[in-house]
Amino acid sequence: MSEIQSVKIAVRGLTKIFGDAPEDALDLLHKGETKQTIFERTGQTVGVADANFDVYEGEILVVMGLSGSGKSSLIRCLNRLNEPTSGEILIDGQDIVGLKHRDLLQVRRRKFGMVFQHFALFPHRTIQQNVEYGLEIQGVAPEERAEKALTALSQVGLESSVDSYPDQLSGGMQQRVGLARALAVEPDVLLMDEAFSALDPLIRRDMQQELIALQSRMRKTIVFITHDLDEALFLGNRIILMKDARIEQVGTAEDILSNPATTYVERFVAEVDKTKLLTAGAVMRKTRTVAFVNDGPRTVLRKMEDEDLNLLFVVESDFTLRGVVRDDAALKAVQRGERGIQEIIETSIEPVGIDTPVRELFAPLSESSMPAPVVDDAGRLKGMVVRASLLQGLADQSSATTTEEAA
Amino acid sequence: MIDIPRLPLADWIDEGLDALTDQFAPATKLVSDLVETGIESAVDGLMWLPPWLTILLVSALAWRLAGRRTALLSLFGFALLWNLGLWEPTLQTLVLVLIATLVAVAIGAPLGILAAISGGVYRVLFPILDFMQTMPAFVYLIPAIPFFGLGPVAAVFSTVIFAMPPAIRLTTLGIRQVPADLVEAADAFGSTKWQKLVKVQLPLAIPTIMAGINQTIMLALSMVVIAAMIGAQGLGGEVWRAIQRNEAGMGFEAGLAVVVLAMVLDRITQGIIRNRRSPAN
Ligand SMILES: Nc1ncnc2c1ncn2[C@@H]1O[C@H](COP(=O)(O)OP(=O)(O)O)[C@@H](O)[C@H]1O
Ligand SMILES: [Mg+2]
Repeated sequence: MSEIQSVKIAVRGLTKIFGDAPEDALDLLHKGETKQTIFERTGQTVGVADANFDVYEGEILVVMGLSGSGKSSLIRCLNRLNEPTSGEILIDGQDIVGLKHRDLLQVRRRKFGMVFQHFALFPHRTIQQNVEYGLEIQGVAPEERAEKALTALSQVGLESSVDSYPDQLSGGMQQRVGLARALAVEPDVLLMDEAFSALDPLIRRDMQQELIALQSRMRKTIVFITHDLDEALFLGNRIILMKDARIEQVGTAEDILSNPATTYVERFVAEVDKTKLLTAGAVMRKTRTVAFVNDGPRTVLRKMEDEDLNLLFVVESDFTLRGVVRDDAALKAVQRGERGIQEIIETSIEPVGIDTPVRELFAPLSESSMPAPVVDDAGRLKGMVVRASLLQGLADQSSATTTEEAA
Repeated sequence: MIDIPRLPLADWIDEGLDALTDQFAPATKLVSDLVETGIESAVDGLMWLPPWLTILLVSALAWRLAGRRTALLSLFGFALLWNLGLWEPTLQTLVLVLIATLVAVAIGAPLGILAAISGGVYRVLFPILDFMQTMPAFVYLIPAIPFFGLGPVAAVFSTVIFAMPPAIRLTTLGIRQVPADLVEAADAFGSTKWQKLVKVQLPLAIPTIMAGINQTIMLALSMVVIAAMIGAQGLGGEVWRAIQRNEAGMGFEAGLAVVVLAMVLDRITQGIIRNRRSPAN
């Protein structure tokens, strides 16, 4: 995330109104009226209202919101399946809103691959023919087409059953085909509208993980839509939160969880935590090795080397947390010929109570690269939380609960 | 009493038709000759084959397309018609039906596609179809005569008009029924209208279009029988003669032959539809 990010898609003042008199609705929208009022007064439905955001090259941008909040309307504007009512959509700096139909077809062919909630595979075509569809449209020769289709299929872990028809595959398999069909045209941007929402929770989890793996391999720019906060937190480099056709907040998972921009976001997030009741204890990792207060600096250094760590938590013999010791301090202590580590223990570290809600951990953790020690009521070390395990924990928890509900 | 003059609707139609027949006389003459030759050579060709061979061939075709039961039906059905001495009129009717269906579908399917794609065409065409389908079948016979004279060509002409509506309707319906997300997927990959039509909409509409063709065939058969009144030969001619001579038995035999032909044609087209429905096999 540290490299300078280039903007792949810039969306400026994008508005989409459904109905035959968008002008009236547009006026009211500029006066700040809500979607509800506008519908009551004009009968026009506001799909997207004045959206402004960038999609960075190589990121997964998640658009999240309740059903009807305008997510699909928004993503369908990006390749003009929905004709925007006003605003600009710059792709690699080129505004596609004014494009003539022929040029638009070229943009759709070269820049985008789309994956649909209900797969939208062509039932009269085999798996291979489905994956070849986009290439066929581009006029690619049959041999090259077949080759690229097979590559795309192997990217999603599907190499057998290329001659089957879609209705012979399970839902998860069908969506792999949907993904392969989108990947086969080697698009710059993948548009995924609730792509995993129709799948069973366990398969859904698999697909999410594979999408992340795929994205880290291929560095695709992905715009992913979901109504599910956990999915958003798990997948999104950044998240856009929508409500009633408007964008409420754009930010990283941490931003959204720890600094909700509006009371709506706050409630949305609180809702998730309430149902999950996630605590530090649930997401912590075991500490594999600790330093005891009576250890010498050489022992501590060797423990660090064995586990490939650069710091250790220091505990008393009953595991009461005393502080932390770092490798550079231990090395200096050895060089100075010291026998104990008493002098080099840092005690400024803030432990986290085992019952602390996960939500309260985002802010402190996002400011330090160090793991936070987790202690019980008596102050004894029980484990630690690192930033990465937080999101993973959140997501695992939710898929576990949804599985139980489904069962 | 107020004297409202009668609307000369009939006169207008007559004048219009006269103008049209004058205008297109050379063209209709040409078409007429062509179709007449076509019908005659098709019937002659079929008559040249021994009936038992034709019956076996048709039954084999029925087997392939629609299974054993239909094959048996056509084997025994046609054998009976041969035995009753109705072989030639049966063939004449079959040829008229097939030619009329061919023409009706060749014109109707493209019209149906146009109506599916363009809202304007739809709004103009579909009320006309409603009108056409409520008009009594006999009425279609009358304008055919000034154009083509009495005989098989006029029969084919009015049959085509009468049997075309389902071919149009079900083509439009089939295309409009293609799930929206599939059409959207085609659009998302940058398909042109034509690519979308040929690669997605038409293939998925085929079962419905086939159902339309099935209806067209059935309508064509009923019309070809009625068209005996304007000189079409075939089974209708037999029925017509039976009426004029008041021979109930002969009328029944010819009627039975129409039923056999209808059943065989219906089963075979239904069989084709069934086979198309399961691409996975
Ligand atoms: N084609 C359409 N015509 C009219 N209204 C539409 C159309 N598509 C979406 N809408 C309306 O726009 C709003 C946003 O819908 P949508 O973008 O599908 O929401 P989401 O994907 O977040 O569930 C809803 O009020 C919906 O009824
Ligand atoms: Mg949606």
